[in-house]
Amino acid sequence: MSTRILKVLSVVVILSVFLAACTSATATQPAATQTPVIQIVEGTPQVVIVTPTPGPEAVTFERSETLYTGGTQWGPPTGFNPWNLGNYAMGTFGLCYEPLFIYDPLADEFTPWLAESGEWTSDNVYQVKVRQGVTWSDGTPFTGADVKYTFDAAQEAPVGISPVWDFLGSVDLVDDFTVNFTFDQALYQGWSYYVYSTPIVSKSRWETKSVEEFTSGLNPEPECTGPYVAESLDQTKVVWAKRDGWWATQALGLDPKPTRIVDIVNSGNNNVALGMVLQGQFDLNNNFLPGISRLVEGGYGVQTYYPGVPYNLSANTAWLLMNLTKKPMDDPAFRKAVAYAIDVSQIVNVVYANMVLPANPTGLLPTWEKYIDQAVVDELGFSYDPGEARQLLADAGYQDIDGDGFVEAPDGSTIELRINNPNGWTDWMESNRVIVNGLQAVGINAQTNFPDFPEYLSQRNEGTFDMMIANDAQIASTPWRYYLWMARNPIEDIATMQDGNYGRYNNQEVFDLVDQLDQVPIDDVAGMQAIISQLQRHFLTDMPLIPLWYNGMWSQVSNQYWTNWPSSAEGAPHWTPSSWRGYWNMTAIRMLTDLQPVEPAD
Amino acid sequence: MRRYFGRKLLIYLLTLFLAVTIDWLIPRFMPGDPVDVLMARAGSFAESTELMHAYYTQIFGLDVPLGQQYLNFWSALFRGDLGISVYVFPQPVAKVIMDAVPFDILLLVPAILLSWLAGNWFGAFAARSKRLDNTVLPLGYVLTATPYMWLAMLLAWALGIVLKIFPISGGYSYAMSPSFSWAFIGSFLEHWFLPFASLFLVGFGGWAIGMRNMIIYELEADYSHYLEALGAPRRLVRRYAFHNAVLPQLTGLALQLGVIVAGAVATEVVFSYPGIGYLILQAINTRDYFLLQGCFLFIIVGVLLANFVIDIVYVLVDPRTRTGMQGEAA
Repeated sequence: MSTRILKVLSVVVILSVFLAACTSATATQPAATQTPVIQIVEGTPQVVIVTPTPGPEAVTFERSETLYTGGTQWGPPTGFNPWNLGNYAMGTFGLCYEPLFIYDPLADEFTPWLAESGEWTSDNVYQVKVRQGVTWSDGTPFTGADVKYTFDAAQEAPVGISPVWDFLGSVDLVDDFTVNFTFDQALYQGWSYYVYSTPIVSKSRWETKSVEEFTSGLNPEPECTGPYVAESLDQTKVVWAKRDGWWATQALGLDPKPTRIVDIVNSGNNNVALGMVLQGQFDLNNNFLPGISRLVEGGYGVQTYYPGVPYNLSANTAWLLMNLTKKPMDDPAFRKAVAYAIDVSQIVNVVYANMVLPANPTGLLPTWEKYIDQAVVDELGFSYDPGEARQLLADAGYQDIDGDGFVEAPDGSTIELRINNPNGWTDWMESNRVIVNGLQAVGINAQTNFPDFPEYLSQRNEGTFDMMIANDAQIASTPWRYYLWMARNPIEDIATMQDGNYGRYNNQEVFDLVDQLDQVPIDDVAGMQAIISQLQRHFLTDMPLIPLWYNGMWSQVSNQYWTNWPSSAEGAPHWTPSSWRGYWNMTAIRMLTDLQPVEPAD
Repeated sequence: MRRYFGRKLLIYLLTLFLAVTIDWLIPRFMPGDPVDVLMARAGSFAESTELMHAYYTQIFGLDVPLGQQYLNFWSALFRGDLGISVYVFPQPVAKVIMDAVPFDILLLVPAILLSWLAGNWFGAFAARSKRLDNTVLPLGYVLTATPYMWLAMLLAWALGIVLKIFPISGGYSYAMSPSFSWAFIGSFLEHWFLPFASLFLVGFGGWAIGMRNMIIYELEADYSHYLEALGAPRRLVRRYAFHNAVLPQLTGLALQLGVIVAGAVATEVVFSYPGIGYLILQAINTRDYFLLQGCFLFIIVGVLLANFVIDIVYVLVDPRTRTGMQGEAA
């Protein structure tokens, strides 16, 4: 009985399915196109990703009042937690949270910002007078207690500035607007970095937060002392809105013109960014865009900091790191030969089309030029010279024994080296090929190797690589940070410290010199030069790594909607033209206050 | 019937357990460490890396032995906790996936359904017409055989860059915040069209070829000849052939709908479309164990559910399945 019912039922089902299929062949097609449209309408509210202030009405930004930026965010922005260093939304530190000072790398000057002044009142006490009349965007007044709290909190929560407590003893309030930093050991160079790199947060807002909220919180509604407040963020962008009553308008006469700043997440596709720059959709883009030099000079309305070569300021030094724990990289003569074998000018001219500058043999950035000891460079420096490279190899006993065109080590063992750089970093991949060609030309058997980024990192940290390209030491207030990076020690902790010296260069004299340098006051340029000169001698003698070129502070701007951009031109503002994290506090904020809207031509 | 489904259910649970275990294992076999990536991104305060590396390794639960990590993973899963993403740290994985799913559904459901309907209709139609069969069907072969990446890039290049009709990246305009308004829906549709069109074209070619071959096969079957011999009208014979031919197509459709949450990796990468497929690529690039696990978990559950539904549908639509079941029960 039940079988019959089932049979009947199934026939009905089958028929209905088939009928639907048959009739749908012609009839349902228009209907079917309708259905998804309705779904889209219904589904749209779910598309709202993270909106701290969800506005029900559509907001389309007025183009002439909006500044579009790009080149900082490589993934969806995840909130406004200034302690979430690599992921906070562009502008969290700089547009919203502010430092005590801003540092100008082009003029090598500190400008008081949330601080009114700062000075060493004794050998180990640094006194900050905090600016009065500053208010947080939530209406509460900003005082010295916020400054003290920010540093104290870093003692509890593991955040970027926590290592300051390795040499900081205590932070004390003298009065509401005076803060004393008392140091166990006065490390002037190191401290100079903290005064402009520490985002000051509001005590009343943060003191109720747990350690987890510092380290892993989203901080969706940040309190700001800066000129902008967070308006919204979603997967593709973050939107900042100008706020009234920024302290610097009154105190310094500074007024940023854009009412909104929209920073767009990188699409992972340079051509998209390039197209948007050309169409004027970006006002400021800080991606590396190959071939931008042609656009700058071709009258496309695209501008860079320099009107000609090298187009961009320099942001960091790209090196070839060599693993000194492996043969034959443990031999200084071999490392020197490598240095002479690399044709950096080909990287600069061909790979980068002159968008970068070749590095000085010391690797010190152009902004640190005054610390270069030319006498040492003249005596020990290197340049591209394959003949010299072959000679160095031959003198050190490297010769081709088996006749394959490549040299063997003095002990007769074969040499096969791989040069790492992350896959997909096309400019580095091309540079890597130039390096490999140079090494092969002098008889060193090297090959390119492109692991993906996480594997590149683990080979670097564990010290299993042969050679690799790296550029981790960024432009900063003090060249001490550059040497700190190259002289991290002790060697056995490199894997866990992950802060430089991945080649495992072990030289106690150098380590001591770097520590000494840290204790030199930042205005004692002669004292710094004396120590840095010795460091240069060590590095050029031992050659633990090879400075290659200066990576640019990539910046292409459009004059279509905004003008008066930073430029090397006379009379133009000389600020860092970058929206990158850590650059707003290096005068990029002043770029905003100097921008002028372009009057619409009607 | 109950025994049939009981056994099916057991098999599904076992499959789920194994698949989820493999899902947990695979990311951990890749060289590289998620916390390294997180730290490398932090950059400016590198001297704090050691401190923070240790802290975050603990936060992510990577400081305990692998066996313990595996047990913790299951107990978290039962609490509905998929962990915290590294790629969009510190968003919870569940939220990251839920934000992406609407984009997948709105893109893939119309693309799959429409290409299925249009492809089957066209395939059946082509099987009847020599001229169509000889001219347009080869085009279907070309469409399915074209490497998808290439087809998508050609579309983006032609319609986006040369003709400038459609935008080539993103889910909606950068000048807008998502809102319930016509302007936003318009922008969404504009960005939706190219990924949709590329998926539709490829799907259409595949379904059309499948259907055309099935119809020809069915028309050559004994029952068709028998019907013809009985003097049945051609229309009736063709209708029967269509009914039979559509069965495997239905299975294919259900399977495709099952993996819908997987998104379409290639499409979403080419068009920077913010769905699960795009997330999977980013999760691999950042060694985001947790996001990768979460994405795959969704796919596993989707595929199993789709299979389960097919099992049920087959019992209803294919009498042979049912007979077999009852023979067993008797």
